[in-house]
Amino acid sequence: MPYFQEFTLETEPSDTVLDALIRIRESVDESLTLRCSCRGAICGSCGMRINGHAALACKTKLVSLESSDALVQVEPMNNMPVIKDLVTDMGGFWDKIRHVQPWLQPTGPTPDAEYLASPESMNHLTGVMGCIMCGACVSDCAALEVDHQFLGPAALAKSYRFVADPRDGASASRLLDLNKPNGMWDCTRCMECIEVCPKGVGAMDRIMTLRAKGIGQGVPSTCGSRHAEVFADLIEQKGRLDEPMLAMRTFGLGNIGHILSFLPMTLRALVRGKLPKSGPLHRAIPGIDRIRRLFRYMRNST
Amino acid sequence: MTTPYTFDVLVLGAGLAGMRAALAAHEGGAKVAILTKVHPVLSHSNAAQGGINAALTDRGDKWEDHAYDTVKGSDYLGDQDAIEILAEEAGKDILALEHMGVIFNRNDEGRLGTRRFGGQKRARTFFVSDFTGQAMLHVLYEQLMKANLPVFEEWFATSVVRDDDGRCAGVVAFEIRYGKFAFIKAKAVIIAAGGLGRVFEPSTNAMICTGDGMAIAYRAGAPLMDMEMVQYHPTTLKGKGLLITEAARGEGAYLVNSEGERFMERYAPNMMELASRDVVSRAEQIEINEGRGINGCVLLDCRHLGKRLIQDRLGQIFEEAKSFANIDLTEEPIPIRPGMHYSMGGIKTDVDGRSWDIQGNWEGVQGLFAAGETACLSLHGGNRLGANSLLDTVVFGRRAGSCSAAYAQSVHTPRVSDSISDQDRTMVQDLLRRPPQADTVAAIRLDLGTTMNHHLGVFRDQEGMQAAQNILPGLRDRWGRVAIHDKGQVFNTSLVRALELGMMLDCAETIVFGAITRKESRGAHFRTDFIQRDDENWLKHILIYRNPDGRPRPDYLPVRITQWEPQVRVY
Ligand SMILES: Cc1cc2nc3c(=O)[nH]c(=O)nc-3n(C[C@H](O)[C@H](O)[C@H](O)COP(=O)(O)OP(=O)(O)OC[C@H]3O[C@@H](n4cnc5c(N)ncnc54)[C@H](O)[C@@H]3O)c2cc1C
Ligand code: FES
Repeated sequence: MPYFQEFTLETEPSDTVLDALIRIRESVDESLTLRCSCRGAICGSCGMRINGHAALACKTKLVSLESSDALVQVEPMNNMPVIKDLVTDMGGFWDKIRHVQPWLQPTGPTPDAEYLASPESMNHLTGVMGCIMCGACVSDCAALEVDHQFLGPAALAKSYRFVADPRDGASASRLLDLNKPNGMWDCTRCMECIEVCPKGVGAMDRIMTLRAKGIGQGVPSTCGSRHAEVFADLIEQKGRLDEPMLAMRTFGLGNIGHILSFLPMTLRALVRGKLPKSGPLHRAIPGIDRIRRLFRYMRNST
Repeated sequence: MTTPYTFDVLVLGAGLAGMRAALAAHEGGAKVAILTKVHPVLSHSNAAQGGINAALTDRGDKWEDHAYDTVKGSDYLGDQDAIEILAEEAGKDILALEHMGVIFNRNDEGRLGTRRFGGQKRARTFFVSDFTGQAMLHVLYEQLMKANLPVFEEWFATSVVRDDDGRCAGVVAFEIRYGKFAFIKAKAVIIAAGGLGRVFEPSTNAMICTGDGMAIAYRAGAPLMDMEMVQYHPTTLKGKGLLITEAARGEGAYLVNSEGERFMERYAPNMMELASRDVVSRAEQIEINEGRGINGCVLLDCRHLGKRLIQDRLGQIFEEAKSFANIDLTEEPIPIRPGMHYSMGGIKTDVDGRSWDIQGNWEGVQGLFAAGETACLSLHGGNRLGANSLLDTVVFGRRAGSCSAAYAQSVHTPRVSDSISDQDRTMVQDLLRRPPQADTVAAIRLDLGTTMNHHLGVFRDQEGMQAAQNILPGLRDRWGRVAIHDKGQVFNTSLVRALELGMMLDCAETIVFGAITRKESRGAHFRTDFIQRDDENWLKHILIYRNPDGRPRPDYLPVRITQWEPQVRVY
């Protein structure tokens, strides 16, 4: 059974959580187990939850942690099995990375010299290649917590690294694969992965770009992609979200059973006063012209 | 019971050298596995920031110039036949990496871009922002996943085993997660276990760099070479010793003392901040010793490089300076000092990674190969040039991999009994059974590291090195008695750290032994009691064998010179 144990120690202002843990390990309890190696936020081994959020212990200064009683709570990462103390089993994490076929798949013969690529394209990729596979985003992903099958932010960002690589020839099939259940449409956009990433990889933003690329490439429509398209369409028409219409058009009227399954939730929302006062049917808001102009502007500029 | 694990080639280590070797052996048709104490992408190669050298002919560069810069950088201790191979094959390997997917920085024509690095007259360093090592390591791991090679992940190797004919027969290791020992049989073993940085404290190296590969080979009977040559990098942070990449100076940063003077003018008027590392580190230490430092440091000034360049090309160290030194590089100079960084020495190999000599000039272990920082060809001699180490890992990792595959085809599967792993298993059981006492592995590691840093740093002399030599047996004694408080089987990292300490002690002993033996100053080995380079007596390598009683025994090999006779070295 998991349990917490409390240690008290003197610290310096410059100390990181890792410094403190190592001091405990060296002078109080040698059996305290964690992975750590570089001490410099490079190797990706010291991912753990600190005061409830995933972070690198070596990058987290004790003084940066707000807590009135100077108590710091560390736990192993979430969404993966614990092996011992702060060490988790990353096997599942890597299985998902492997699922996206994470290697360059160029088409055509290999050139004698290097592949030509713009400096911008390569600079852009440094953003995702900066991922050190520490697992922080996976630990705190809200979607993974309820759906263990979801590929998750790290694997999707890894896939983006190839889809956005001008040298890769397999982006069509990659996007087709990500379009399947458990793929790019399962992200709930909770932003946790962006918040906790120690390297600024911005997994969720990459997932959104993957979705846009998928739609742009005409991957077969799914609930996820229809939801995005209908969402935008309704805003353009009415200037506000029309939830009943969104549900009906996303799932299709042929799927009436599924739509009806939302009824209990709708009734509960009604009882708690969470439905808009104007009732279920929406008219376009005043000044809708300005919103439509925005849409036209965006369309012309992309 | 017989071991379920039998391979043609087993690679010990999954850093750049190990993965490159495994892929090459696989391409050579061998049945390959790789064994590593941490997940491959956690290997220390990920820390390399600055870049990787190559003279690309279609860029108007000449490999001979790269080779010459390397020879001069090595203070003429590097073996020139090996250096020629390194420089000549570099272009091919850079392109291979690019084709595998490394996102090297590009110039405006969309071709590979370069930056300047120390000790070289041209910009020939290819790079990915300032995380080149990580970018390469992850791509090699991508290739490893593609080839679907078996990986013994989080397995700790304790020794290399030899059969009755003295040939290498495999590796004994235990799975950290379950604490279970196994014998992994292999016709050829490639040791690619990285450097020994943690033998010194502080060091730029990660906590896992404990010289295991060198110690394991040494114990198995292979000689170590150039062990006295330990590189101190000119720009490390006070405290933990984290590295600020040489790329900062490559991009134009200055070094200044407390008087605001760019002091390198007085030490290396032509190359200034980009002289060889040994030269710059010594200059800094003199400034500090003579009172022109600030709290034991000098300053690295990046301000004039501009925000844009710092963000695009030095983003990681910008973050690092902010997180670990609380300094904004675009606004303030940062205090830095020389710090232990790299081991030029290692397991003696030939240009195909063999630890034994087919001509019989030295005696090693047939079937045992080595590559990467663990190995010593010698390419780097007395001082390694920045960005030559990553190159070393891919060129000679590849060559060792190919050669081992061919070798494995020519020999039979070794015959040894599986009880061969019993010795290590018993050793560990004894270690776990020791009665509790006050001393700890951590305390011994710290004493070792500070001793080495104190007496075998930038400046050395007989007295200091002798002091270190007198301290080591005491540390070994303590190691022989120290208890491990965690008695568990599962993920026992206390046990791992205790075993690493044993490896570090072997490495330390050979470093001190080599350093006392070499009575001259050359490259990183600077003795205040022998301040001159002495080509007449010391243009040779020191090999160190382990005697049956465990003590080191020296031997010598001449430096191999092809086209560059030793000259006075000025920058
Ligand atoms: C901070 C820093 C920056 C650097 N920057 C540069 C640079 O810009 N350019 C450059 O050329 N060089 C640079 N270097 C040097 C270079 O990074 C290293 O020399 C090189 O990466 C070593 O690679 P390797 O494959 O030999 O070893 P490593 O990458 O260290 O890999 C060692 C492997 O061996 C395994 N291993 C070790 N012991 C055991 C054991 N007992 N059992 C099982 N497995 C074991 C480890 O798990 C690991 O997988 C830098 C070094 C540092 C410290
Ligand atoms: S110890 Fe390497 S990332 Fe924290």
